[in-house]
Amino acid sequence: MTRQMTGAKMVVQALKDQGVTTVFGYPGGAVLPIYDEIFQQNDIHHVLVRHEQGAVHAAEGYARSTGNPGVALVTSGPGATNAVTGLTDALMDSIPIIVLTGQVPTFMIGTDGFQEADTVGITRPCTKHNWLVKETDALAGTLHEAFHVATSGRPGPVLVDIPKDVQFATGNYSEKRTHKSYYAPQVKGDIDAITALAKAMEKAKRPIFYTGGGVINSGPAASQLLRELVDATGFPITSTLMGLGSYPASGKHWIGMLGMHGLYEANMAMHDCDLMINIGARFDDRVTGRLDAFSPGSTKAHIDIDPSSINKVIRVDIPIVGDVAHVLEDLLKVWKARGRITEKEAVAKWWKQINDWQAIDCLKFRNSTSTIKPQYALQRLEELTKGRDRYICTEVGQHQMWAAQYLTFEDPNRWMTSGGLGTMGYGFPASIGVQMAHPEALVINVAGEASWLMNMQEMGTAMQYRLPVKQFILNNERLGMVRQWQQLLHGERYSQSWSEALPDFVKLAEAFGAKGIICKDPKDLDDAIMEMIEHPGPVIFDCLVEKHENCFPMIPSGKPHNEMLLGDAATDGAIEAGGAVLV
Amino acid sequence: MSALRLKEGASSHSAYNLRDPNAEPIERHTLAVLVANEPGVLARVIGLFSGRGYNIESLTVAEVDHQGHRSRITIVTSGTPHVIEQIKAQLGRIVPVHEVHDLTVEGPHVGRELALLKVTGKGDARVEALRLADIFRASVVDSTLTSFVFEITGTPEKIDAFADLMRPLGLQEIARTGVAALARGALPLKK
Repeated sequence: MTRQMTGAKMVVQALKDQGVTTVFGYPGGAVLPIYDEIFQQNDIHHVLVRHEQGAVHAAEGYARSTGNPGVALVTSGPGATNAVTGLTDALMDSIPIIVLTGQVPTFMIGTDGFQEADTVGITRPCTKHNWLVKETDALAGTLHEAFHVATSGRPGPVLVDIPKDVQFATGNYSEKRTHKSYYAPQVKGDIDAITALAKAMEKAKRPIFYTGGGVINSGPAASQLLRELVDATGFPITSTLMGLGSYPASGKHWIGMLGMHGLYEANMAMHDCDLMINIGARFDDRVTGRLDAFSPGSTKAHIDIDPSSINKVIRVDIPIVGDVAHVLEDLLKVWKARGRITEKEAVAKWWKQINDWQAIDCLKFRNSTSTIKPQYALQRLEELTKGRDRYICTEVGQHQMWAAQYLTFEDPNRWMTSGGLGTMGYGFPASIGVQMAHPEALVINVAGEASWLMNMQEMGTAMQYRLPVKQFILNNERLGMVRQWQQLLHGERYSQSWSEALPDFVKLAEAFGAKGIICKDPKDLDDAIMEMIEHPGPVIFDCLVEKHENCFPMIPSGKPHNEMLLGDAATDGAIEAGGAVLV
Repeated sequence: MSALRLKEGASSHSAYNLRDPNAEPIERHTLAVLVANEPGVLARVIGLFSGRGYNIESLTVAEVDHQGHRSRITIVTSGTPHVIEQIKAQLGRIVPVHEVHDLTVEGPHVGRELALLKVTGKGDARVEALRLADIFRASVVDSTLTSFVFEITGTPEKIDAFADLMRPLGLQEIARTGVAALARGALPLKK
């Protein structure tokens, strides 16, 4: 069925037909017709951000916390270029978002018109796919196709660039994709490879599940099946930063996050395992450490929906291309049908070894009665908020790693962090997106003061929409992770890594009409955190923490998993000069 | 490193896998990439090669199915077997890419390139150029009293050889298409 309408109306109609209820955006000349349509309807809630980067990160937060695609709407030229960081972030972390950009009229393209930029050219390498729509008749079909591409296979960001004359002109609206898309990624895994994995599981003496964001992207069924598989086999499970929550932190087979700042036991188990089952992770360099010493004795299986992830950095023995939920379902069936066999005694011995590593207690830190240690702040935050309907966002840096170490996640979609791109300024707008999706939930952005200042303008958004997001800033007046690396690698020459002229965060909150809390004494911390939680509106929590705390444990650059630095270890000479280039 | 407080004899002191990632030989492969002929598709393919640091030795593209708007891109690339595998997987990930075929591994194939060469000269050189063109089965597609434009098809090596011979005889200019390639035999490419 087709209907006649303007391109601008088609945009709103297509969003409605795709089930979109929330759009994050910022108007401008080239999208005015679309904003005019938004004005004349009530089904789609538009959230006015204060910077286009904020719109894209908010859409990401919305998407990560719901599993549904996030939508951002921005104008041409600077609106589009400001969206680039968010698009790249979403590409690296496989987050389904649809970014709609205005463009100068088709007849002006190529003339260096006002606010013209080659948006599809600029965003080609940082989107999964993008389109410039030159005819109104093609607009609806393209928008539906955009949702299809963003959400199927390995999810990712897409962009549709819509010239202003296409928005004004009238054309045929179609409710579905106009032609059957040839984009149809494989979701079922090869049954022979799955059987090979089941056989390897039967013989494994030191197995480990290494899971990633792909489990969460695959949907709630994947997390459910993962839990069933882990509990049925009794194998230990670790996860990347992106995969936290797919298996509950309280689950008895959970051995913590792995990677550069992962837990000692998780990294040691990765190094010494004889069967590594990678489920929806991508052997990121923050996880593998030194490649030629990565888990040298193991058989490696890799389940991934993206064929290009397989054998990209680590060669695997059992590659399985497919969607995590589909593959896990088949794997469970095959493994059960073959008699639910595991090497029980050997696995029990393996657990004993893991328990020995756990006994080292790698997250131990020296607490203080006079200064708030950042780890302590997060321990208290965890204690006072766990069990609540809680969503955590982070910025990027030390606080992010501490949050991953000290906070626990029982369910998927509860943890929003910029993993692949490492975007400072991600967390605050993301928390706005999360709160829009979950108005009743407790949404906390664990931040560092430097990251937080990168998108602090979004306080205006939080206030305008009465979003009670809690900005929990671990303020060390430093670019903590940069400072840590300078201490370890660059002869303690702290080049440009401290924040001078910081604002008074309490006054800053008050200037926006929000609540500000400052806390610097460990004795006051619990009360202050409770005050933050109980306040019904947005809060900026300025938590003044130890300025020179280092984030441990740590795999220094260029080192393998079994050469981790622990907390009170001497750090002098820990990183060979050759490791410096790997950062 | 003293940082690890490990018990003596812990199983963590495993041997390293000392595989040198650069020890693999560089191979040349000819890829046939079937794509939807939509705006920007070539930029996506080329951007992938430049963005990820892959080599393009030659690339040809033209629409081969006007009704279905499908183009065929023939790419000659080189890299280690590992890199070649990545190139194919990454190409397959581009949304408007329908099929990726590695003609080098899928069986015997023929690859041909067309070149136009402008050669100027008089007297013996001109006669010699014409004689060599005959040997190489190049044809004359344009002629003046002092020049020829030769058209030659063949493998890149054959065209290189012909160009080398023409150089002392007055080669002025050369235009080459890059390689187009098809698998040998009766069957079309298997999807």
